[in-house]
Amino acid sequence: MSQHVISVKVENKFGVLARVAGLFSARGYNIDSLAVSETELPDVSVMTIVVSGDDRIIEQVKKQLNKLIDIIKVTDHNQENAVQREIVLAKLNATPTKRNEIYQLAQIFGARIVGVTNKAIILEMVSDPETVDNFIELLRPYAIKELIRTGRVSILKE
Amino acid sequence: MKITGAQIIIESLIREKVEVMFGYPGGVVIPIFHHLFNAPFKFILSRHEQGAVHAADGYARATGKPGVVIATSGPGATNLVTGIATANMDSVPLVIFTGQVSTEVIGNDAFQEADVTGITRPITKHNYLVKDINELAQIIKEAFYIATTGRPGPVLIDVPVNISNAETEFHYPETVHLRSYKPVIHGHAGQIQKACKLIEQSRRPVVYAGGGVISSNASDELRTFIKKTGIPITTTLLGLGAYPENDKLSLKMLGMHGTYYANHAVHQSDLLIAVGARFDDRVTGKISEFIPHAKVIHIDIDPSSVSKNIAVDVPIVGDAKHVLTEINNIVKAPRIDEWITHVMKMKEENPLTYKDSDVTIKPQYVIEKIYEITNGDAIICTEVGQNQMWASQFFDYTQPRTFISSGGLGTMGFGFPASIGAQLGRPDKRVIDIAGDGSIQMNIQELIVAVQHRLPVIIAILNNGFLGMVRQWQQLFYNKRYSFTCINFQPDFVKLAQAYGAEGIRIEKKADVVPAIQKALSITDKPIILDFHVDREENVYPMIPAGKSVKDMMMRELA
Repeated sequence: MSQHVISVKVENKFGVLARVAGLFSARGYNIDSLAVSETELPDVSVMTIVVSGDDRIIEQVKKQLNKLIDIIKVTDHNQENAVQREIVLAKLNATPTKRNEIYQLAQIFGARIVGVTNKAIILEMVSDPETVDNFIELLRPYAIKELIRTGRVSILKE
Repeated sequence: MKITGAQIIIESLIREKVEVMFGYPGGVVIPIFHHLFNAPFKFILSRHEQGAVHAADGYARATGKPGVVIATSGPGATNLVTGIATANMDSVPLVIFTGQVSTEVIGNDAFQEADVTGITRPITKHNYLVKDINELAQIIKEAFYIATTGRPGPVLIDVPVNISNAETEFHYPETVHLRSYKPVIHGHAGQIQKACKLIEQSRRPVVYAGGGVISSNASDELRTFIKKTGIPITTTLLGLGAYPENDKLSLKMLGMHGTYYANHAVHQSDLLIAVGARFDDRVTGKISEFIPHAKVIHIDIDPSSVSKNIAVDVPIVGDAKHVLTEINNIVKAPRIDEWITHVMKMKEENPLTYKDSDVTIKPQYVIEKIYEITNGDAIICTEVGQNQMWASQFFDYTQPRTFISSGGLGTMGFGFPASIGAQLGRPDKRVIDIAGDGSIQMNIQELIVAVQHRLPVIIAILNNGFLGMVRQWQQLFYNKRYSFTCINFQPDFVKLAQAYGAEGIRIEKKADVVPAIQKALSITDKPIILDFHVDREENVYPMIPAGKSVKDMMMRELA
């Protein structure tokens, strides 16, 4: 089992996401993350799919993806050939006295404060998935109230 | 001039040169049926939607043309599901229209509503939900194109009733351009050269041909290839008829119930040339012991079939007809005299056989007699199970599109409605459904369709009062515990035939087998049920148990 990042260019139509997702679910594979949006061409969408699975079976899924009528292109992405980013939003329990420590941590990671109340603080951080993971680990001692990630987007370097 | 969506469907089918459509009406397709009433092509009303889709499938397999089906929303559409999955597994081109509730109530649990594009997504090559009347003609054009090109398959169009009733200008597109769908036809020149080199260097080659040869109409090219190279050939179940089985170099079928010599030749080979076949588990058995000494050339139109189950040395993605032509242009014959002598010796010493009896009718005997009396000139449809295997073993298929059977999905109840479609598509041929007493009861309601249209389909029931194949497995692997496979509590098939207005003959003595077949063949204006009461516990041999290898092949009953 290893993690794969598959970027799929598709026709921007209803039903395509279900076709793509179906190939994974039919094999009992859980999608770790999924990001879908329009591209530079309004009639083309791109799906960045992160999935863990047996290499041979993932290879078969990619062939099956290519076979779907509405799929335009399937490419493998990794840390070497692509730039990968993810956004995380984290809501922390933070009384005014705790805020300073959190500010410092945020600064180190280039995170921004996007919301503050008397009880809570919301941080936003954009980075590669590994840095996002590290950031979240360091936030844990501050009682994370809620945390949400966008899922990875990935673009080939060339 | 504006016309309705329903009229657009009829007009489009005319432009696609559809000769016959199969289906069943219902609420939301009434607007379409309103115009089907005076359409210039034939409409065959089934008695169950499953019968319609299998008939369209049989028509498509017998003729090479796409089968066209219509059913209503909800239960009409869900009744098609088994037939669509059957066609999808065996790569049969179908275009299926289903009615749908009006677009503004989709998702509201309306009467007879089902998410049909959702249900059929994994069992179609592609499907459409029509949301705009102006896209309907384009979608129909695309559906026929997608169904019939590349690796063929079923395409479903779900048409909401308000789309059928809406009006627009009708323009049927001349061509289709899909940027994301461009099947590869010609093989890669470099790969073809590599393949030819491997073929020339091989000393123990075998050709393994599948249904892809038949769907790409490549039988002539395959024959040329065998003639040029002298390589022995085995086929899959769906490949039967791709190469004449009465030829010396034919090893007949391989796999679980394939011949001794086909399976051993493949196992001993140093080069396996797969054409339009997909290394199904019923062919390979235990993958690691399937071809221990062989390199593999795999010619297939579907890239996802290549290196799926076994590693391939020379993959060639392309249409079998074109790739074989390209290979035939340059290939040189390998030196394989010794190999041929060896393979022919295996073939001679280990023929397909059974222990005949004077007391009971052996099912294999029935198939042999059908073959002899028809001179092999018939289209054989089968159900699924023992009947299917005996039909594949004891009849020599010499022409493509003369053996019609549900291979991939293994759908009981397929054969009889498929034979109705085949007979409609090929009125010049006799169509015989080799059935079991279990399978035939799964779509028997279609008998009235054959009677109505005076189709002389012969239904040869190999009646053993068992669900025979499951019983065989229970005998061999489950300690003879015949749990719910004994079905000798059954209807009187002769009276049943008569009730429908068909002919029925019960055959209980061996001496009556030949006269009954002759009698059936003399009837040309209605279907005939031949109810052969055969040996109840006859088994299909040879047999390689599931997941085992050629070493575990059982040749006959253990004493």
